[in-house]
Amino acid sequence: MKALRRYLKSFLFFELLLGLRLTGRYLLSRKFTVQYPDEKTPMSPRFRGLHALRRYPNGEERCIACKLCEAVCPALAITIESEERADGTRRTTRYDIDLFKCIFCGFCEEACPVDSIVETHIFEYHFENRGEQIMTKDKLLAIGDRFEKEIAEARAVDAPYR
Amino acid sequence: MFDWMMNLYSSLPTVMQILIGIQLIVIPLMLAVAYTTFAERKVIGYAHVRVGPNRVGPRGWLQPIADALKLLTKEVILPTNANRFLFLSAPVLTIAPALAAWAVIPFFEGGALADVNAGLLYLLALTSLGVYGIIIAGWASNSKYALLGSLRSAAQLVSYEIAMGFALVGVLMAAGTLNVGGIVEAQSGSIYHWFLLPLLPLFFVYFISGIAETNRAPFDVAEGESEIVAGFHVEYSGMAFAVFFLAEYANMILISALVAILFLGGWLSPFQGILPQAAFDLPVIGALLGHGIHWFLFKTAVFLFAFLWFRATFPRYRYDQIMRLGWKVLIPVTILWLFVEGVLVAFNVGPWFA
Repeated sequence: MKALRRYLKSFLFFELLLGLRLTGRYLLSRKFTVQYPDEKTPMSPRFRGLHALRRYPNGEERCIACKLCEAVCPALAITIESEERADGTRRTTRYDIDLFKCIFCGFCEEACPVDSIVETHIFEYHFENRGEQIMTKDKLLAIGDRFEKEIAEARAVDAPYR
Repeated sequence: MFDWMMNLYSSLPTVMQILIGIQLIVIPLMLAVAYTTFAERKVIGYAHVRVGPNRVGPRGWLQPIADALKLLTKEVILPTNANRFLFLSAPVLTIAPALAAWAVIPFFEGGALADVNAGLLYLLALTSLGVYGIIIAGWASNSKYALLGSLRSAAQLVSYEIAMGFALVGVLMAAGTLNVGGIVEAQSGSIYHWFLLPLLPLFFVYFISGIAETNRAPFDVAEGESEIVAGFHVEYSGMAFAVFFLAEYANMILISALVAILFLGGWLSPFQGILPQAAFDLPVIGALLGHGIHWFLFKTAVFLFAFLWFRATFPRYRYDQIMRLGWKVLIPVTILWLFVEGVLVAFNVGPWFA
């Protein structure tokens, strides 16, 4: 009896019709495609995108070359060289992040005692030549200067949870 | 205006008349093929809860044109060890039968390019000829995947050809003629006179083997992109590939049109014999309700949509299951129903076989 019923079911395309009904329902349902360049999804203040080096309001760079970020970086993407400046403070002479190595884990930002290295919300960028993926100190500082307002806002929003 | 054009047309030599007829069929057909690819991407996109192509032109309507231009500008690569002559003739061998079969399709009453008496036989011959293109493409490419794909598709087409032929035998037993226009005429009367009801099992067998015949999902083992890359057309690029593509979609439209003609009464209106005669005498609505090419196109479009819907729904059949379905399910079903039909015809069971 059971075999007969199974036979009948397969002959009447029962399972196939169930499948067609399922796809038919999705065919008519509302689409939730985001038309990316025209529309964008909301972004968390914790978003980890391109890196930046920040400055204090008086224009002095925050980084004190403690190399904690270099030590914590799981991908060994950060290279730092430092020296003593004329005023006796320790500053970096070289701060390179290789974006091909970087996995955007955000550990460098967590490790930084002076909130110097941060990951911004920028994710739409590209490289056209070999070597451009190395973010040098100048490039990182430039990004920091340009987006300081957004960076500070995102940090302020996230501050209660840190 | 219309009379003037008809006069001009009938004053032309016969060769010119045939050439014009061919243009009138092939150009809309090619446009239909282009927009079937667009419809396919849209339907599958919608089934995936996406929106499908919508960037080229208003709502994506220029997408097929852009695709065609892209393929036209691409290089046709000839593999070094390929047989050049066969490699380039395979796409032609695939598309020629797909287009030639349209010669006997009646679009409306008396609206076939060639009113052949053995039209059904011609259709059967041409739809099975398409497999040569696939086999030759697979062999001439000198590639393992292409050869495997063409072998699979050859075996599949041969198996489903039989069930398809038997289903057509059922149709011509009921219609009593091989003329495609005559088959449609035999279904006139009302929607209950269509062959859909008396030949329901054969309708399903024919449509399923039609899907298999066109190498469409879920019977697309000849392409099987997850198993053998792209099957018989891996080595093809540019326009040579586009011709295969056109042939596949032209075949899809052909099978849909054939199902509409053989089982759903082609250009016949479903309201005939149901609505009173007065309804057909109304000025515009009457023309829409009555017989005409629009019913044929509508029925074809429904089956074309079914093709796309199936592709969005069903996973690919395993090779041995395809063979099982063809030989152990479809062929026995057709033979059984031919027997039942023979009995019905012998005892004049109405209204179909009286």
